[in-house]
Amino acid sequence: MAKKEYSFYPGCSSQKGASASNLQVSVDAMCDALDIQLNEIPDWNCCSASIGYGEGGELPRIALSARNLALSEQHNPGQDLVATCAACWLATREASERLSGSDQLMAETNQALAAAGLNLEPAKPQRVRHMVEVLIEDFGFEALGEKVQKPLEGIKIASYIGCQTNRPFGIDGESFENPVYLDKLVDTLGGDAIPDYEKKVQCCGGALMFSEPEKSQELVKGILEAAHDNGADMIVTPCPLCQMNTEVYQDQINATHGTSFNMPVVYYSQLMSVAYGKSASEAGLDGQIIKAKKLEDIAGK
Amino acid sequence: MSDMSNAVVEKYHNDFLKEVEAHVEEGEWVKMCMQCGVCAGSCPLGPHWAHPPQEIFMMIRAGKREEVLSSDAMWMCTSCYNCIVRCPRGLPITHIMHGLAHYAHRLGLAPEKQPTRVFAKLFWDNITKTGRANELKMGLSLYFKDGFGNGIKEAMKNKALGQAMMKTKRLNPMEILGGHGVKDKSGLHAMLAKAREIEDAKLEQGK
Amino acid sequence: MADEKLSAEKPKIGAYICKGCGLGERLEGAQLTMIAERDAKAHLVREHDFLCSEEGVKMIQDDIDNEGVNRVAICACSRRAKTEAFRFEGVAMSRANLREGVIWVRPDTDEARETTEEMAADYVRMAVWEVKFMTPPKGNEEAACQRDILVVGGGVSGLTAALEAARAGYPVTLVEKSGQLGGKAGQAWKAVPDRAPYRDPVDTGVADLIQACEADDNITIHLNARLTRTAGAPGRFEADISVESGTTVTARFGAIVQASGYEDFDANKLPGLGYGKNPDVVTQQELEALARAADGGPIKRPSDGKIVSSVAFIQCAGQRSNKEGLLSYCSGHCCATSIKQAMYFKDQNPDIDTNILYRDLRTPGSGGEDFYRSGQEKGVTFTKACVDGVEATGDGLKVRFEDLILDQETEEQVDLVVLAVGQVPNAGVNIDAVPLEDEAEDETEQGAEAKPKEVFVPVESILNLDYRQGPDLPQLVDGFTDSHFICFPYETRRTGIYATGPVRRPMDIISAREDATGAALKAIQAVANAAAGRAAHPRSGDLSFPHFRKEGCTQCKRCTVECPFGAINEEDGYPQFNESRCRRCGTCMGACPVRVISFENYSVDTVGQQLKNIDIPDEFDEKPRILVLACENDAYPALDMAGMNHIEYSAFARIIPVRCLGSVNLIWITDAMNSGYDGVILMGCQKGENYQCHFVRGSEMAHQRMSKVDDTLQSLSLEPERVATYEVAITDIERAPQLINEMAETIERIGMSPFKF
Repeated sequence: MAKKEYSFYPGCSSQKGASASNLQVSVDAMCDALDIQLNEIPDWNCCSASIGYGEGGELPRIALSARNLALSEQHNPGQDLVATCAACWLATREASERLSGSDQLMAETNQALAAAGLNLEPAKPQRVRHMVEVLIEDFGFEALGEKVQKPLEGIKIASYIGCQTNRPFGIDGESFENPVYLDKLVDTLGGDAIPDYEKKVQCCGGALMFSEPEKSQELVKGILEAAHDNGADMIVTPCPLCQMNTEVYQDQINATHGTSFNMPVVYYSQLMSVAYGKSASEAGLDGQIIKAKKLEDIAGK
Repeated sequence: MSDMSNAVVEKYHNDFLKEVEAHVEEGEWVKMCMQCGVCAGSCPLGPHWAHPPQEIFMMIRAGKREEVLSSDAMWMCTSCYNCIVRCPRGLPITHIMHGLAHYAHRLGLAPEKQPTRVFAKLFWDNITKTGRANELKMGLSLYFKDGFGNGIKEAMKNKALGQAMMKTKRLNPMEILGGHGVKDKSGLHAMLAKAREIEDAKLEQGK
Repeated sequence: MADEKLSAEKPKIGAYICKGCGLGERLEGAQLTMIAERDAKAHLVREHDFLCSEEGVKMIQDDIDNEGVNRVAICACSRRAKTEAFRFEGVAMSRANLREGVIWVRPDTDEARETTEEMAADYVRMAVWEVKFMTPPKGNEEAACQRDILVVGGGVSGLTAALEAARAGYPVTLVEKSGQLGGKAGQAWKAVPDRAPYRDPVDTGVADLIQACEADDNITIHLNARLTRTAGAPGRFEADISVESGTTVTARFGAIVQASGYEDFDANKLPGLGYGKNPDVVTQQELEALARAADGGPIKRPSDGKIVSSVAFIQCAGQRSNKEGLLSYCSGHCCATSIKQAMYFKDQNPDIDTNILYRDLRTPGSGGEDFYRSGQEKGVTFTKACVDGVEATGDGLKVRFEDLILDQETEEQVDLVVLAVGQVPNAGVNIDAVPLEDEAEDETEQGAEAKPKEVFVPVESILNLDYRQGPDLPQLVDGFTDSHFICFPYETRRTGIYATGPVRRPMDIISAREDATGAALKAIQAVANAAAGRAAHPRSGDLSFPHFRKEGCTQCKRCTVECPFGAINEEDGYPQFNESRCRRCGTCMGACPVRVISFENYSVDTVGQQLKNIDIPDEFDEKPRILVLACENDAYPALDMAGMNHIEYSAFARIIPVRCLGSVNLIWITDAMNSGYDGVILMGCQKGENYQCHFVRGSEMAHQRMSKVDDTLQSLSLEPERVATYEVAITDIERAPQLINEMAETIERIGMSPFKF
């Protein structure tokens, strides 16, 4: 199969030393196995995520995403823009769709972009895609399955998709209330999916983990509890914010609620890297605060 | 903009609705709510809202300008988009909530110490400074938002967490020195200034 | 004993025993043949492997053509199956239900074989005896064929019905009490849109409708006219049309469409809302007049002519209330009407504030939701509210209400208030509430001084029917004239007279047009049925009709009173049957204490002979017999479906379908008890307010009559448990067999009947 190329928007949290740096490590390993080349958008900026609205108005926020779109168009022409972060994908796709839906907004945005010496071509918008879409649509579960060298046998995995990978756009052909692609992926990799996991699209509190920690941690507690009750060995998620919210506050939640959670939370790309024969460090497993031992064991085989 | 912060509206007349339509992102959708309440039942922080979205929409129609704009309800939005996908009328509820929060914030009517409002401002300032998020500085400024003493307390509470993040190379202490950022900072800042300028002009115009 | 007239033609019975569908394997064909020949005395008996096949049907037809067979007993499947195949002209026919009624409800085991065979044998006997007492129905010899259709009312419903009937080629006479056509809708400024995009108010179309009617040569219009007398029956109605000026014309009609419309509920009965006290509180109908006066310009309020800048609409004014004197129902159109009227303001000037205060916004119809959205898009405010009152203020009105979303008492200052009052049907005299003349007289004689006479406001009759049961259509609920909104729309309880528009149920212009088209078709169907001398719904096509033996009649009037359709008048004290008014339910037959009423194919004998001629085993055989009289509309199909689902029931049951439980004559019960049956079950439809009876009151009446059967049982020293009456729905596929089994258990408990001879 020929090498596939995409224009890549990693996002702030995927940078070195940032909260989802292990996501990037495993994405690189996964792409290597699948012969995917990611061409990073030069000088990309933050999308302002889901909390930028408070201070930033509509146009400044759109302009931030438009800048990335313009740079991508300029440097990686003809390539689909791919993001691995839910918020990055959502903000960029939303900006792209709003811009192509309104001539006025496009004109105003280009006025702002001009101040940075950039311009967006209204005629040919780039497709803005999530990495998961690339895997499902450009490869397919069968092709993804063919690469498996070390099936994830005996690991029971709860698929936690969260909000922004799932809404308002979601993955084509999946339902908002019960998307099943992660379960299918777990099965494809030889693990045990939990199709009835009832919190797969429950909100983790998102950015409000910082401003409303008690309320958000209560939501996370529900997500962990359901995974635990379903007998999960670990949780898998596609979203960096979901990963952080569900993994790193477990001690605090245990302290507040008297629970004893110790549930590893990994990325789909980490599962894939291990199944594709990559080492534990190539799969970014050293980035886990709560170690995913069962996955490490398979990687070390 | 100062005179907009205390406009007079007649009950159940369209004055405030028209203001929202003119100045709030996606505000023209407010009148389309049919009061089914699906949004209220779909919100993860539903139990903590003084007013669920349907109620906010009705308050707008009823002309409750002061109550709406000073409410902390919109600030409870986690951006989970559940209300959007479930709304039978297709209202972009999440965006309207963001838009209302932003509008109240700009008019200076939003609750002063609302934590999400404070965090949202910190966040925006953080990311626009260099063009990319500086997670360390963001964390620290959040801890110290209520003064130095509180900041130390908060920081201590989250000490273990921070250490774990650093140990797994997911938090870099060197970021305090600047960290990541875009190269073309001046271009980025000029772009944002221009965008803000266009928006301010529209707000002035619509008054 | 059969009526002399009925058996004028010498009967020759052919019995045909089918061996298909497993009947041949389960039942002893030769045995059944012998029973048909020897016990039941059929003149000719044949077996066939596949009776409903072309070949089998031809065998029967050949016997009819060549052997003179004129009574056919088909011993095969249910009378509800293979009706297309078993259709023979000019002969009487009965069916023995050996498939759904015997082999499908009995286990195929050695132990069950004997009782299953006995069951089949009895059904063969019953079919032959039944047909022996039937004659081929000849149809109504008095069939009349007046094709003209009379339409009463010149509003949207009446005009539409007239036009539709006329366009289908039927001459129409339209009678309108006022001096102009168009009715309420004709006074409206605009109408709710009836087609996509359902965005804006549209022309009412009434002017076009009037013009089309006036231009149609097939339509004769009488304005300022009323019906002062309506007599006759479908195909031969006779009506006196009296014009205000004093002249009266009498004309003949085949069918009648009553489109007498509605009146607005009187807003003066809603004192808190300020109507009558403040001229700026108006009804929706009155707002139409204001909008017409404005003619597209700004609408002005009545009190001082000020241009209206804010208006509140109060929905459900006096409607959907359980308070005495208010309407309990929703009139259906008012929400959409208020949206339309709010648009009158918004379309003229978007800055006018319009607030619709609703309890539940209901916009039925295909475009309702889109129209609601359009109202929202135009900036109409919708407030879920409970209105407390309307008060005059210095300059305008203050509407006080509870906002049900915000959960608080609040108020709004407006220039104009519009009340959405409901529709009150203009249905004429409620014949069930007003005592009949002679009964009223009786009462006066008995207790004129004991209690003062109840004062009731006289209501003008619409039809002035010359019917024994009263001058207008019977009302179903809340004064609306219908016989069953869901199952039989348009069907009133007067055959050939169809109610349409808001007199039938509350509705808007769009629904009224559709409704009136349906009513016109019904009227045309009634004309055709009357011409062919056959029954209308629900026994459509039935050619039989009731006869009575005058010599035996005691003039007790029960038949004339109890007929659910007012089909029977009185002539010199005797019943006068109006065949084409009759629905063939047989309620009169069930009512007759001297059993002089019968149909050619359904009579006291056709059922009586069946139940008397089965084989009643000796008391010591411990094989009880249970007679089941099952309504052919619901209970019998339910039992058939039980068979299709192979749900077993007692082999001791013998089921006879009846047209309606109302046709069950008590003599059948007495006969059954005297013949040694151990139990009797009556299965009819749901009665009462939410009745499911196809003949409206048949089931009700049967239950009433059966309440007196205990006396009969007592006189025979029999336990009352031996007779049970049930309401059975067509969906009671498991329950109906269960009821039979329960009776079998009851008999086991209380013992066999001592009346076995």
